[in-house]
Amino acid sequence: MKYIDEFRNPVAAEKLAHKIKSSGTRMRIMEVCGTHTMAIARSALRPLLSPDVELISGPGCPVCVTSDTDIDRAIAISLMPDVVLATFGDMMRVPGSESSLSDAKAKGALVRVVYSPLEALKIAKEQPDKKVVFLGIGFETTAPAVAATVLKAKDENVSNFYVLSLHKLIPPALKALLSTEDLHLDGLILPGHVSAIIGSKPYEFIPREFGIPCVIAGFEPLDILSAISMISDMKKTNPAVEIGYARAVRPEGNPKALNVMYSVFEKVSALWRGISEIPQSGLDLKSEFAQFSASSFDVELPEPKEKKGCVCGDVIRGRVKPNECPLFGKSCTPESPVGPCMVSSEGTCASYYIYGD
Amino acid sequence: MCLAVPAIVVQIHDDNIATVEIGNVTMEASVMLVEDVKPGDYLLIHAGFAIEKIDSEEAQKTISLLEEIKNLDEMKGLSE
Repeated sequence: MKYIDEFRNPVAAEKLAHKIKSSGTRMRIMEVCGTHTMAIARSALRPLLSPDVELISGPGCPVCVTSDTDIDRAIAISLMPDVVLATFGDMMRVPGSESSLSDAKAKGALVRVVYSPLEALKIAKEQPDKKVVFLGIGFETTAPAVAATVLKAKDENVSNFYVLSLHKLIPPALKALLSTEDLHLDGLILPGHVSAIIGSKPYEFIPREFGIPCVIAGFEPLDILSAISMISDMKKTNPAVEIGYARAVRPEGNPKALNVMYSVFEKVSALWRGISEIPQSGLDLKSEFAQFSASSFDVELPEPKEKKGCVCGDVIRGRVKPNECPLFGKSCTPESPVGPCMVSSEGTCASYYIYGD
Repeated sequence: MCLAVPAIVVQIHDDNIATVEIGNVTMEASVMLVEDVKPGDYLLIHAGFAIEKIDSEEAQKTISLLEEIKNLDEMKGLSE
């Protein structure tokens, strides 16, 4: 397929890997985005570059960073009478304190897996006697699509469509992570599709305050190898934020999508699993769109319960690798996950389990 | 969850909806988040929405650079 196959050539991949390895410096690089984590694992880039480049995964898996309390709230809402909860498939099996959306569905909750928030709006129009709640999970890549759907619901006077907005923003999480952890990073591979929306400027504090070179990368093997090569070249000069995915990312991002996103949402404080409550790192509906918000639905939440032995929080922070977790591959597997990093198709633990380390 | 795939625009309809093709799959996507879309443009599709247009010139620059990398070492006989 055009714009995919050109970035998968194995000969060019070998050459790029050779160039990176022949630079002679060892590098520790974090790939921030879960989609990168999966792409790296699927293309076996980690063994290709080992031991010269150590790739560690960051906090960019939306499912993984969603807190138990927020998952519990989604589950409780799904169990309300007359509610249909529409969600991306990735959230179904994520365990909250006591159960998952999948368990709720088995108990009779009306949970629908959708590919797009527009499908949730369609369900709302087809079932006017139900409250249709879309579970808004995702970063800047996804939030504009959800915002656009809310605008459409408003235009079309759909009064039974709601969003439980758990959207999160990448730059504040990176700031929180880099401020509290000394991860000894030589570079960051920044998320390509978050950056298609926000551009390169919101990351400029990273080289400035932390001296770490950053490259915004696409998701094919050659995109990722080129990004690592760019980081390697930059290390020797001045750290900066470079765009290695110029076919999709402009320095200013996508102003139209940003405009839609911030016409509907405003920045709020958000709780990140493994990191903490981070100010201005989440998105909730603005007051003029309060009629579409499911945050105020009156539900009773279970007491948050710690998952014994689960170190997903440390995995998200890049502190611990999945195979260093005592539960990994034993009591925690994709079939029977304990923590979210093993559930999500983009979770670091799932990627290690499926593709090896 | 930040997966977005390149799709070519086949037709633009009313209400900011476009018919797009991803490989052999034809589907509809909203183009509400991108400017000036026309048939033949390539878009990145995520969750039923085009989130950005693919800049064909920039893509070609990267592809040419990768071609150079692929061929340069071969000419020097350094391939391993």
